[in-house]
Amino acid sequence: MSNPQQLRYSKEHEWLSAAEEGVSTIGITEHAANALGDVVFVQLPEVGDTVTAGETCGELESTKSVSDLYSPVTGEVVEANQDVVDDPSLVNSAPFEGGWLFKVRTTEEPKDLLSADEYTEFSGS
Amino acid sequence: MSTAPRLTALDAVHRSLGATMTDFAGWDMPLRYGSERDEHNAVRTKAGLFDLSHMGEITVTGPAAADFLNFALVGNIGSIGVGRARYTMIVAEDGGILDDLIVYRLGEPEAPEYMVVANASNAQVVLDALTARAEGFDVEVRDDRDAYALLAVQGPESPGILKSLTDADLDNLKYYAGLPGTVAGVPALIARTGYTGEDGFELFVAPGDAEKLWGALMEAGTPVGLVPAGLSCRDTLRLEAGMPLYGHELTAELTPFDAGLGRVVKFEKTSRSETFVGRAALAAAAERAESAPPRKLVGLIAAGRRVPRAGFPVVADGKVIGEVTSGAPSPTLGKPIAMAYVDAEHSAPGTPGVGVDIRGTHEPYEVVALPFYKRQK
Repeated sequence: MSNPQQLRYSKEHEWLSAAEEGVSTIGITEHAANALGDVVFVQLPEVGDTVTAGETCGELESTKSVSDLYSPVTGEVVEANQDVVDDPSLVNSAPFEGGWLFKVRTTEEPKDLLSADEYTEFSGS
Repeated sequence: MSTAPRLTALDAVHRSLGATMTDFAGWDMPLRYGSERDEHNAVRTKAGLFDLSHMGEITVTGPAAADFLNFALVGNIGSIGVGRARYTMIVAEDGGILDDLIVYRLGEPEAPEYMVVANASNAQVVLDALTARAEGFDVEVRDDRDAYALLAVQGPESPGILKSLTDADLDNLKYYAGLPGTVAGVPALIARTGYTGEDGFELFVAPGDAEKLWGALMEAGTPVGLVPAGLSCRDTLRLEAGMPLYGHELTAELTPFDAGLGRVVKFEKTSRSETFVGRAALAAAAERAESAPPRKLVGLIAAGRRVPRAGFPVVADGKVIGEVTSGAPSPTLGKPIAMAYVDAEHSAPGTPGVGVDIRGTHEPYEVVALPFYKRQK
């Protein structure tokens, strides 16, 4: 498993793309997806919602458990990935690509986001 | 007491396969090897290979073995034929379920021998109860938990896979029967039992033979789709098949009659003694169940995609009418399903207005009869 170098990571196992025109894409890491098992239900924040760094904004339900989805940044949700709502297995099969979760126009980023190498060390994978 | 998890004889195999391991009743067990959904579907359509070495085997021998088991358990153990197996339970004096069991009758009449298989989480409780209840009977109760590894091959391809590795007469081995034989050169008790709703076999072997048997089964089975399968898919398989799990559908707070399994209680027994532990309490429970039906175990199928979990309230008209005991997304149905105890008046299939309170939202559910899935024979 390798964590893409161009992304940044939270300790809650989300990844965050570099902002393009102030908008970042957010998903969960492959490490998190593997830990969850087969994801069967995804509840995402809605377009227009304000999300806050470190606070819950949705749910990820897998065969065995339900986990809160946290936002790694503060800002306004501008897009939610309907493909992953329709087919939650994308979170497992393509966590860094088609399994992205939502996009945020970021107003504030925490200072403690991790680099790929730091996250690899933090998560042990 | 050590808190280090116990390892099965197949531990190195699981690790080499990259299994996700989990603590289960003090054992480090494979939860899944890859996708639990793929493993589930393989068992339904082809075959899966399980390590179930955490199950607890207790051997009972001696002239009074049948009488003793009739006294210690709720079933009529004396009527089990040689080479057959029976699903039964052990209860406390108050009728509360201590465990559900499978009892195999192994010995010939002149040398009675039974193997009692308990759930891993209850094996010590069952062993202690049997040992205590053996007082006054001419029997030996032997802890054989370390004497066996247990492998299960489950799924429609399992008879073919096993036949390629044994001379045992599998065609005449009925469901819930077991016979000693040799599989891949390894001595085994071959039982046609399982916990998946599919045809399949459970193979009790010496731990030292487990790796060899696993390897032979995988080699024979891989061409027809056999895959290693973990405890996660075992749970969704048994849930679809409507099979109870101790700690979920069965607990010490329920008698077999409260669990809808009163049929396993035999008040008439083929033995000199008609009494058995829990008899008075169970007779009262049977009467209660007649006059005031207890909550009934039903199936629930979700209209939406949220998954009900054990302990979630079942609701109707804004009132709690029951509780979910097991819930999971069903790979076969493609929808979340649950088993739940609900009030008798809401237990009929199709009862309208039933929902599950999932973290504050009442999600609609359809009440159905169990099981959710029955294999075509």
